Amino acid sequence: MSNGWLHLFYAPDMLRPLFAAVLIGFTNGVLSVFIVLRRLSLMADAISHSLLPGLAIAILLFGLAPATLVAGAFLAALLVALGTQIIANSTRIKEDTALGLLFACAFSLGQALLKLAPAHIGISEYLFGNILGLSDGDLYLTYGITFLVLPLLVLLQRPLLLMLFEPSIASTQGVPVRTLKYLLMVVLVLAMISSLRAVGIILALGTLIGPAATVYLFVDSFAVMFWVSGFLGAFASLLGLLVSDWTDLPAGACIVLVLGVFFLAGFFLSPRYGLLRRLRKGHLHAQSLARWEGEK
Amino acid sequence: MAEHALAIKDLTVSYRRVPAVHHVNLLLRCGRCVGLLGPNGAGKTSFLKALAGLVPMETGTVEFGGHNHRHGPASYTAYLPQRSAIDWDFPTTVRGLIEMGRYSALGWWRPFRQIDREKVDKALEAMELIDLAERQISALSGGQQQRAFLARSLAQDAHVFLLDEPFSGLDRPSQDLLGQILKRLAAQGNLLIVSHHDLRMVPALFDEVILLNGELVAYGPTEQVFSEEAIARTYGTHTFSGART
Repeated sequence: MSNGWLHLFYAPDMLRPLFAAVLIGFTNGVLSVFIVLRRLSLMADAISHSLLPGLAIAILLFGLAPATLVAGAFLAALLVALGTQIIANSTRIKEDTALGLLFACAFSLGQALLKLAPAHIGISEYLFGNILGLSDGDLYLTYGITFLVLPLLVLLQRPLLLMLFEPSIASTQGVPVRTLKYLLMVVLVLAMISSLRAVGIILALGTLIGPAATVYLFVDSFAVMFWVSGFLGAFASLLGLLVSDWTDLPAGACIVLVLGVFFLAGFFLSPRYGLLRRLRKGHLHAQSLARWEGEK
Repeated sequence: MAEHALAIKDLTVSYRRVPAVHHVNLLLRCGRCVGLLGPNGAGKTSFLKALAGLVPMETGTVEFGGHNHRHGPASYTAYLPQRSAIDWDFPTTVRGLIEMGRYSALGWWRPFRQIDREKVDKALEAMELIDLAERQISALSGGQQQRAFLARSLAQDAHVFLLDEPFSGLDRPSQDLLGQILKRLAAQGNLLIVSHHDLRMVPALFDEVILLNGELVAYGPTEQVFSEEAIARTYGTHTFSGART
């Protein structure tokens, strides 16, 4: 660290991971709003694990070509989602049980299949990522997905807000609720694929939940939450990368830990919904009423 | 001006081929506040959802001013779900909630115009919510929450209001205020269909009642239809302590 942390910004081989981390952080940060408000965190967890067998088969058949990786991941996620619905609808087994079992099986299958792959593809790359080892192909995939997903979410902000808040009222207002739900799942899988090589399957979840979970403790406006979560995600990625460079700890882990620290700070200190405020003021409803009375 | 009415013909709603509401025929005129009464499982919510276009109709048609519901839900209908169905922690203020009503007219991208802001302000005023406009929605009382949703429907320019148990869980003063507001909306020419279970309040609240138990038992002006005998028929063999006093 002789030339200080600023070397990150002028070392050409660091610009690539920095740029990728910020893009992924922003996209996942925006997407995290939908995951938090639609309570999809566990579903996202399950989907992220389900991608593995699809990726493994794609790698075995076609190597690391981005197009086949995306197709494989999609197919695997789709099969797990479909299987969950079939089991839940045709037996007494409930959806969470079916999903939990299927994603564990899918993940195991993926691990077994990866054993067959050429030696240089280890499972740990997919679990934890390797942002410093991104290839051109990985980077183009991230660009492509970011520039597809972000404009889509921005353009569909209004119908998505209606759908998130109350699907039945949204559909009386002409919002195609079911289509948007599926679209959100597709976007989620895309974002995971984009994050995969950089921060890994497991840690991508942190960037897909952490930003909005933190911002949700501070704001009462969907539009503000949308943008601030994006910027928080990007900022945390940048900061995480700097911390990683400084401490020599893995980048993905540092990014998620930074998000964790932000969340913890918000959890204690948020002036509206933080724990300290709550402890000081007693019951939450009485306290929120008092707050609004005070602000008038 | 021709009289506006919601024409329901031969409406059947089924879940997995088990009918919840069968073959209902009704002509509901605007300018009335109509109570929808019946025991649990009578199909009240299914009926409202079918009118809102939220569940498919197995048979029948619903028409309003020449618009047929088979072509999808229409913006003149506003459906207010039970309060328990709403995530009150959602990051929105009362004003934000009411602005959502304007999105039907604005579409997905068009920005807010002066007229939209005026409609939101008018809705806030009509529902007596001006002082509460910037509150997060969980910091409202139950009655205020109902009024906030009504304001959203007003901002949407709805004419047919479908309310699912709006009075449940409200204290007496809030019930009275909501009752007055519903009557006012009806007097302005809107049609309100309100599912309800507390029979004691019925004569005070509703101009007309629909008695439903899977099928239509009776419909008409409250003073004519809401009788011990009709209630007994609607609620089957259950004894009923809440009949009019």
